[in-house]
Amino acid sequence: MPDTRHRLPVVQPDAEPGTPGRRQFLASAARLSTGALAFFAFERAEAGSNPAPAAKRSSGEYNWDEHRWTYLIDTTKCIGCGSCVRACKAENGVPDGFYRTWVERYVVGTEKSFVDSPEGGLNGFPSVQVDFHASKAFFVPKMCNHCAATPCTQVCPVGASYRTKDGVVLVDGKRCIGCAYCVQACPFGSRFLSPVTHTAEKCTWCYHRITKGLRPACVEVCPTQTRLFGDMKREDDPVRKIIETERVEILQAHLLTEPQCYYLHLDKEVR
Amino acid sequence: MPEITGFSFPNDIHVWWSLMIVMYPYITGFVAGAFIVTSLYHLFGRKEFKPIARLAMATSFAFLLVAALPLQLHLGHPERGPMVMVTPHFTSAMAGFGILYSGYLVVLLLEVWFVWRSEIIARARRSRGFMRGLYKALALWTYDTSPEALEIDHKAITLLAGIGLPMACMLHGYVGFIFGAIKANPWWSTPLMPVIFLMSAAVSGIALLIVLFQAVSKLNRRQADQACVSALARWLWFFLIITITLELLEIVVMAYERSEPWIIISELITTRLQFSYVTMQMIVGGLIPLILLGVVVLMNRYLHPRVRNALSTSAAVLCLFQVFSMRWNIVIGGQLLSKSLRGLRSPYEPEVFGREGIIAAIALFLAPFVILFVFDRLLGTQPAEEEPAGHGDEPGSRAPAGTSTVTL
Repeated sequence: MPDTRHRLPVVQPDAEPGTPGRRQFLASAARLSTGALAFFAFERAEAGSNPAPAAKRSSGEYNWDEHRWTYLIDTTKCIGCGSCVRACKAENGVPDGFYRTWVERYVVGTEKSFVDSPEGGLNGFPSVQVDFHASKAFFVPKMCNHCAATPCTQVCPVGASYRTKDGVVLVDGKRCIGCAYCVQACPFGSRFLSPVTHTAEKCTWCYHRITKGLRPACVEVCPTQTRLFGDMKREDDPVRKIIETERVEILQAHLLTEPQCYYLHLDKEVR
Repeated sequence: MPEITGFSFPNDIHVWWSLMIVMYPYITGFVAGAFIVTSLYHLFGRKEFKPIARLAMATSFAFLLVAALPLQLHLGHPERGPMVMVTPHFTSAMAGFGILYSGYLVVLLLEVWFVWRSEIIARARRSRGFMRGLYKALALWTYDTSPEALEIDHKAITLLAGIGLPMACMLHGYVGFIFGAIKANPWWSTPLMPVIFLMSAAVSGIALLIVLFQAVSKLNRRQADQACVSALARWLWFFLIITITLELLEIVVMAYERSEPWIIISELITTRLQFSYVTMQMIVGGLIPLILLGVVVLMNRYLHPRVRNALSTSAAVLCLFQVFSMRWNIVIGGQLLSKSLRGLRSPYEPEVFGREGIIAAIALFLAPFVILFVFDRLLGTQPAEEEPAGHGDEPGSRAPAGTSTVTL
């Protein structure tokens, strides 16, 4: 397993440039216009060059009836760089030792397997030696699955955990009593009690960003497009198209929690 | 940082439900168990429990008063704790706590009042000054001790015991349900869980009463009523057999099915929980009292009272350890296991000081005994007719026979 720690990528430029003429035009406009206009133009160019959807940013209020967010992870693309974990930590102020998203490494042989996630993959993965013949190895990013039938909101005794109309599971930090029942009920280990706020915390799909037309921080920084964010209510959404037409999987399907985070090419070893 | 064997999800290495959540079912277990004993007399007419019926009810009451405290101490935001009752979210089992707890508290308060009513009036008659005022207030300024009124008391007690018993069972079965209905955790998720909790509650309640009965008898310098001791030992044996059987069944079914989590659970039991599960819960707290109580029950007629007392009390103390170990193994054991089913964390060591520490837990366990002592001083826990008559300062202040209503 190569040591990826010393060549950790930072936020990458878009892999697939959009229409060159438009980009150039926008870039010129940005140079000439005010700071606000430049910011707006850059975001348009960014959004146009990625398969992720964007809620309307500048026109009126965000309407959650118009969206149903979804998430897709292609496990064959993940290189275990940990950019997503670092971006999440920076964006959401995740306390040390706790994870809203993390990356797992699987080293698998025919008879044995090895799994680890040192510091959740925050600093990448050091090389590892295993005492069996490994026939395959891969990384699997994990996070809250924003389940449609989620046990975490079911068990919250005060209704502080809830699912929004656009399909995101959130915690109201002002209501949460810190009983940790939801932490116990989550089958994916996605929740924790923050040592700072003493309330339950978890991935929000960067709700503060997606309601402004931006993508979650982890999706934004992923250099290989392992992580994709989509909108099931948009007919032309590329992520929706993949989920609808390809063979996707979910984690722990037997628990019937209806995860809204889908995986491509998931291995049997992954739980 | 805890050490991890295998692979745990990164957020799964913390023990969120700590010692306080071990204490919570332990304490509510005494509430339910003691109430079962008092109901055996008040509801099912088992006369052999008369010497202990009042003590059992007072014990249930004393433990109920502190039952919510461990939860409160555990919360990340204790100041928001009452919101569980104010704005309950009814899809959550935990939201039922407020209703069950307050409902049972009301029923138990009423039952205590009816059981002790004539005693309160008698004490009011023979007290002076502040105490007289206190007893008058406790009697709600109603001093009717006519046979008709006593008959109504008796009916009310039976009715309240009839309501209270299922409520006590639900209050504790609910605790088991909280764990048993978490499908994310295979060590908890079994429909047997509420039943196991309930049966072990009966074990802990009866065991505590055996110890208390001996202690109270010693303090009063008389021998514990042997018919009562025998009956308590018999019921303790019965409930212990059921508890151990169910606890073993849970494991055996999992092992026989070779269910997915069995690999990691077998490792959990034989490594992390070896002492608390195998040694304490199954052998020291399970097998040994099973044998001791078997001797008491099967050889009852041949036993000298001192031998019977010694055997049953030793077995009862071991049963108290058994039930505590069971609570520990469920609550803590379930959190040593990662939901990845690939890893275990190192054993949990509770802090000594602090809100959820060992000292707080000991204080919580002792608090009901302080309440019980105050209760005994105020109202007494001895059976009614054993109260010494004419004990008051002024015998003349007692109502003459045949007078049903007295103005105090």
